[in-house]
Amino acid sequence: MSPTTYGWLVLAFPLAGTIAIGLGFKRLSGPAAGWIGTAAIFASFVSALGALQQLLDREPENRQLVSSLWDYARTVGVDAQLSILVDPLSLFMVLVVTGVSTLIHLYSVAYLRSDEGYARFFSFLNFFVFSMLLLVLAGNFLLLIVGWAFVGAASYMLISFWYRRTTATDAGMKAFVINVIGDVGLVLGTYFIFKHTGTLDFLGSFDKVGEVFGRNDGDLVAGCVLLLVGAFAKSAQIPLHTWLPDAMEGPTPVSALIHAATMVTAGVYLIARLHPLFEQAPAAADVGAVIGCLTLLVAGTIGLVATDLKRVIAYSTMSQIGYMIMAVSAGAYAAGLFHLMTHAFFKALLFMAAGSLIAAMAGEQSLDRMGGFRRALPFTYGCFGVGGLALAGVPPFSGFFSKDEILLLVGDRGGWHWGLYVVGYIGALLTAIYTFRMIFRAFLGEPVAPARELEQGHVHHADTPRNPATGEAEDADVGFPGAEHHIAERAGEMKGAMGVLALLAVVGGFVQIPHVTHVVDDFLSPSFEGSALYERSPSGGLEAFGLILGAVLGLAGIAIAYHVWVRRPGTAAAFQARFAPLHRLFAGKWFFDEAIAALVVRPAAWFGRFAQQSFERIVVDGLLVGGATGVVRAGSAAVRGGQSGFLRYYAALVLVSLGGLALYFLIASA
Amino acid sequence: MAIGWYLAVSAFIFCIGAAGVLTRRNPLVVLLCLELMLNAGNLALVAFARMWGNGDGQIFALIVMVVAACEVTIGLGLIVAMYRNRLPIDVDELRELRG
Repeated sequence: MSPTTYGWLVLAFPLAGTIAIGLGFKRLSGPAAGWIGTAAIFASFVSALGALQQLLDREPENRQLVSSLWDYARTVGVDAQLSILVDPLSLFMVLVVTGVSTLIHLYSVAYLRSDEGYARFFSFLNFFVFSMLLLVLAGNFLLLIVGWAFVGAASYMLISFWYRRTTATDAGMKAFVINVIGDVGLVLGTYFIFKHTGTLDFLGSFDKVGEVFGRNDGDLVAGCVLLLVGAFAKSAQIPLHTWLPDAMEGPTPVSALIHAATMVTAGVYLIARLHPLFEQAPAAADVGAVIGCLTLLVAGTIGLVATDLKRVIAYSTMSQIGYMIMAVSAGAYAAGLFHLMTHAFFKALLFMAAGSLIAAMAGEQSLDRMGGFRRALPFTYGCFGVGGLALAGVPPFSGFFSKDEILLLVGDRGGWHWGLYVVGYIGALLTAIYTFRMIFRAFLGEPVAPARELEQGHVHHADTPRNPATGEAEDADVGFPGAEHHIAERAGEMKGAMGVLALLAVVGGFVQIPHVTHVVDDFLSPSFEGSALYERSPSGGLEAFGLILGAVLGLAGIAIAYHVWVRRPGTAAAFQARFAPLHRLFAGKWFFDEAIAALVVRPAAWFGRFAQQSFERIVVDGLLVGGATGVVRAGSAAVRGGQSGFLRYYAALVLVSLGGLALYFLIASA
Repeated sequence: MAIGWYLAVSAFIFCIGAAGVLTRRNPLVVLLCLELMLNAGNLALVAFARMWGNGDGQIFALIVMVVAACEVTIGLGLIVAMYRNRLPIDVDELRELRG
């Protein structure tokens, strides 16, 4: 079988899983739906491995394959096809997505076991994976937009999964609206590109980009910036990031899958996929690099003060995606995608461990109420520790190699890129501090009541389940936690999934050690054949300096966190009092929500009220509707007056009008 | 003989019929007057056919008679139905279709 056949199989399995679970949810008893969903994604992963093996058998220059099932439309100048592009870049993403998704499905089999919407959850989850794979494998702009929109819809369904929670449904709507802004950007950007290249096909438009666009051509820059709007909305970059922390209202496996490992990396993939366009429009690429850099800094500072366990991880996700966006925008494609892969491993692991911890706390997510789970949850603690070390970039964990490679290649561009380099290392220090702040506060210190209860062998259950965000009583039919709580220590599926990810988080970085292995670089190079920025070898001195600096900053961050939150627990409060305005800024999330509300939401609401009260009432109701009914009413009154009901009157009318007509013709003919 | 006499008779009968339709209130008489009007038309048709020396007008006249017969059948049926339902036999009383 050819690689593209495997590519179609990769898409077919999750779709089949969605349909099977969606149609048969009433007949699937127990964990059957979960196992069907997991098996579907695993089959997809195996197909991706098949495609990988087939692709590696080919010569490097023949590794970009397009396959089309049928044409949607073939008219003058439009070639809308259902086509997929299988090449090293898309296959790399497919492997990461299906591999991590399989493990997250496996984790969910146990984690959501007592949820009423078990089958619904797996149907949605499989649909999400299908949409994501469609986005990744799309061979033209049209299918990319379809996958892009599907992913947004799937994200909405999964964030609002516990639909009786008002905070969850609000978060779902927020995510959907912001994602639609991104969709609009993507569609308009595609239009700008299509207008000049005349083709929707990726490879076709890449061939033409050099001919039809000059360097930094106005339309191309506009198109690329609009594409970036799409990427920012999906990847939660400033200023379209506010949905991501709110999306933590969804079930924890959803956060692990969508808001850490897969969907939010779609923007990174988009820029890497369309790199020939961005290289021809360096102005747009620079916008991406700067925004990514700002995001990583802003998210890092918010992560320092956030008290919700999952939101801390969410802000760290934003910050890490900022690194990736900065990398691919600055031409460090392989480094950005390498970080995407390692991040998928350790961030999914962190979310899974957080889920286990939240289950032990009976749904409570506030770090202020956690503490001392070290002995109660030893396995979760270990996984959290491994994930945290990888995230903080401590050698030899995976995040160390990928993050330093990004910063090295960005710094190597020279000029103002040195600014990004410095901010990147500041962000690395912040990452280490907030990650270990979270770990130390949750696991070290005096055990809290649920931790002591668990040490005696009993999982804590709240008397009445409450929404951790608002404190309002929870509907037990929908909403976590259900009747049982599932922690990694007691569920084999969760343990297995976390164990594999922990292993990958440790060894994942070894595929690309400077001067030793170049697996990712070599594998991806056919996709970036025409790129001027791909193959660069920075000076050895800078490389060694970066690696040492990264390791030192990672360890320093951990030491600072240890000092502030373990050895001198009062230090944090003292800092908070001393830098009160700064703390308010960080705790208020840099007031992005308020700014957006003031600049966009409130003017829009005001305009809506104006339209309703003035325009609609006077112009629409009064003039248009009132005028039309008035004309009809007056006309019908005139006609009705003639209908007297007297038969002889009608007869006279007929005779008189006939006589009149006859007279007219007589006079006219004379 | 000039056609004018025939047309004069036809117009005269038509006017009698029209006046009857407009003035009488008994539906039976209204129907009778309608027949008069139709037959006035028939007379004119036959006269013109004779003038041009061709049979088309006569065939038209025959068709008009057939149609008139149908119309009378339905009209008389309606009148009988009104009588059976003890409705007034007066066209001015039957004005439910007033707008």
